[in-house]
Amino acid sequence: MALISLAGIERVFHLGESSVHALARIDLQIEAGEYVAVVGPSGSGKSTLLNLLGLLDQPTSGTYHLEGRDVTTLSPDEQAAVRSRRIGFVFQSFHLVPRLTAAENIALPMMLAGMPASVRERRVQQALRNFGLDSRGHHRPDELSGGQRQRVAIARATIMQPAALLADEPTGNLDRATGDEVIHLLEGLNASGVTLIIVTHDAKLAARARRQITMEDGRVKADSVQAGADNPPQMPVQGGATDE
Amino acid sequence: MNNTQPGTMRRMDVFRFARAAATAYPLRTLLSILAMAIGVASVVLLTALGDGARRYVVAQFSSLGSHLVIVLPGRSATGGFNPANGMTTTPRDLTVDDAAALLRAPAIQRVAPLIVGTSEISANGRVREVVAVGSTASFMPIRNYELAQGKFLPDEDWRGSSPVAVIGTTIQKDIFANQAAVGKLIRLGDRRLRVIGVLKSTGQGMGMNTDELVIVPVGLAQALFDSNNLFRIMIQARGRDQIEAAKTQVTAIIKVRHGGEEDVTVITQDAVLATFDKLLGALTAAVAGIAAISLLVAGVLVMNVMLVAVTQRRAEIGLMKALGARGNTLRQIFLTEAAMLSLAGAVAGYLLGQLGAWGLRWAFPVFPAYAPAWAVVAALATALATGLVFGLLPAQRAARLDPVDALMRH
Repeated sequence: MALISLAGIERVFHLGESSVHALARIDLQIEAGEYVAVVGPSGSGKSTLLNLLGLLDQPTSGTYHLEGRDVTTLSPDEQAAVRSRRIGFVFQSFHLVPRLTAAENIALPMMLAGMPASVRERRVQQALRNFGLDSRGHHRPDELSGGQRQRVAIARATIMQPAALLADEPTGNLDRATGDEVIHLLEGLNASGVTLIIVTHDAKLAARARRQITMEDGRVKADSVQAGADNPPQMPVQGGATDE
Repeated sequence: MNNTQPGTMRRMDVFRFARAAATAYPLRTLLSILAMAIGVASVVLLTALGDGARRYVVAQFSSLGSHLVIVLPGRSATGGFNPANGMTTTPRDLTVDDAAALLRAPAIQRVAPLIVGTSEISANGRVREVVAVGSTASFMPIRNYELAQGKFLPDEDWRGSSPVAVIGTTIQKDIFANQAAVGKLIRLGDRRLRVIGVLKSTGQGMGMNTDELVIVPVGLAQALFDSNNLFRIMIQARGRDQIEAAKTQVTAIIKVRHGGEEDVTVITQDAVLATFDKLLGALTAAVAGIAAISLLVAGVLVMNVMLVAVTQRRAEIGLMKALGARGNTLRQIFLTEAAMLSLAGAVAGYLLGQLGAWGLRWAFPVFPAYAPAWAVVAALATALATGLVFGLLPAQRAARLDPVDALMRH
């Protein structure tokens, strides 16, 4: 059974009189553990697709099965629960809450899910170690480097052990070296079993993924799987590497 | 009712999160707290003023004496307490004999006739104008007067006119300076009198200021002013439950004595007290109502502040939704924040108001400016309620925010 199964998905935006088909008749299967890059020019619908996959947006028509369950018919609260437990988001601009420390930002999904503070504390400490942020837990986002911020964001996205990690231009705001480091981190997570879906228009970055989906005008233009692709490195930050 | 439902943010976490959000924007938070504080403080302070006035008047009336019934010459149209009572012309005078007749009434304990006039006092080489009161020995217990020195008027026949006087402390100071007054001779009008007592100072009170009085036997006052007309008859009933009976009996006795005409006004202290109590109670409520408008204004301000907060935190709200927050959780967070602002403002305003009331009492010790409990409770409850009601709209807006839109605007 596919992790993600889209059938006849359409997303139409109404802008005054005209309507824009952001997504048109998308049929897509993504298996658990896949590493997928979604590429395409701006306005091709790749971000809309990602929002749809993350249940932040609803399709105009079509069905979306996540882990075999039709999630398009769920109530908003049920969809929130699915987002909470099964999906992790990584954004280009990190989206950390500025007044919360790194540890609190990482704990946020657990807090929203109503998990007890003791469990949160244990998992956050583990995550800080895993992502090489041991000494940064009490720092606020504005006291962290870009790479550290994105690592906090990734730690937050994975703290609930989601099935899929959705990353929208995760390296867009980072320099080359830091960006590579973040990609290695994401690939490490993918190697440990998390399905990784990255939206990017960086061809080099897309080339690293085993499967590339190319979008154009709201349609899937190409869907290719690289045979015998690279062997992603193990979790690169396990040794406590930091980027400064 | 507790946090057993999975996937729901814990109440303590909602509280902490909202608190952190509020303190992250100190100026905004402080301003809305201030607005709420001013609202609550004005309710507390203004009701303290209103209720203080009520207490003051009630206390002053009570200090007139207990179980008091007062007979005034002349019939007032309404029969109630009326300032015009003092000015109506008297169809038939009230006399000392009328007063003496009232002693027969079973409900009456004491009667004191009262003649009032101005005269000139001279002694010790000094002269001044005074208000002279002619009465009897009963006057002191009826009015709860106390003596600083000497004794009060002798218990003699009401027609008697012992050449004695009891003076107030101001008179004593003005005429005798620091010397003892008791035993000294004074001249009042054309009479030579001996001072037999000095009243204890009562300070400025309602009605007559006893510090500036000279009290002489009623017979002497009649001769002095060459008049039989009584200004008042002060009556003490045998008890609180006897006041109405005393009133009825007084009216009946005077009517018989005045040829069947009911030409006097009988007022009871209780009736006057109740009137003032009601009047000033209503005034306090009205003032509280006016002050409550500022609470409403504060509520609108809290709403504005929270709407700004929702706009400022769009990206954060979008993020929280992406992280699995339900609409209800967001609603709770923003409502909690609004409630916190209101509550902090209410508590600050309460303290501010009490401080103001304390300042009033400190500046005017005779004025019992205490905010009534009902007003304090109402102010705090209204503050919290307005905060919550006006917090609803922003909270609703936060809960309904489209996450994609909210995240993209960042």
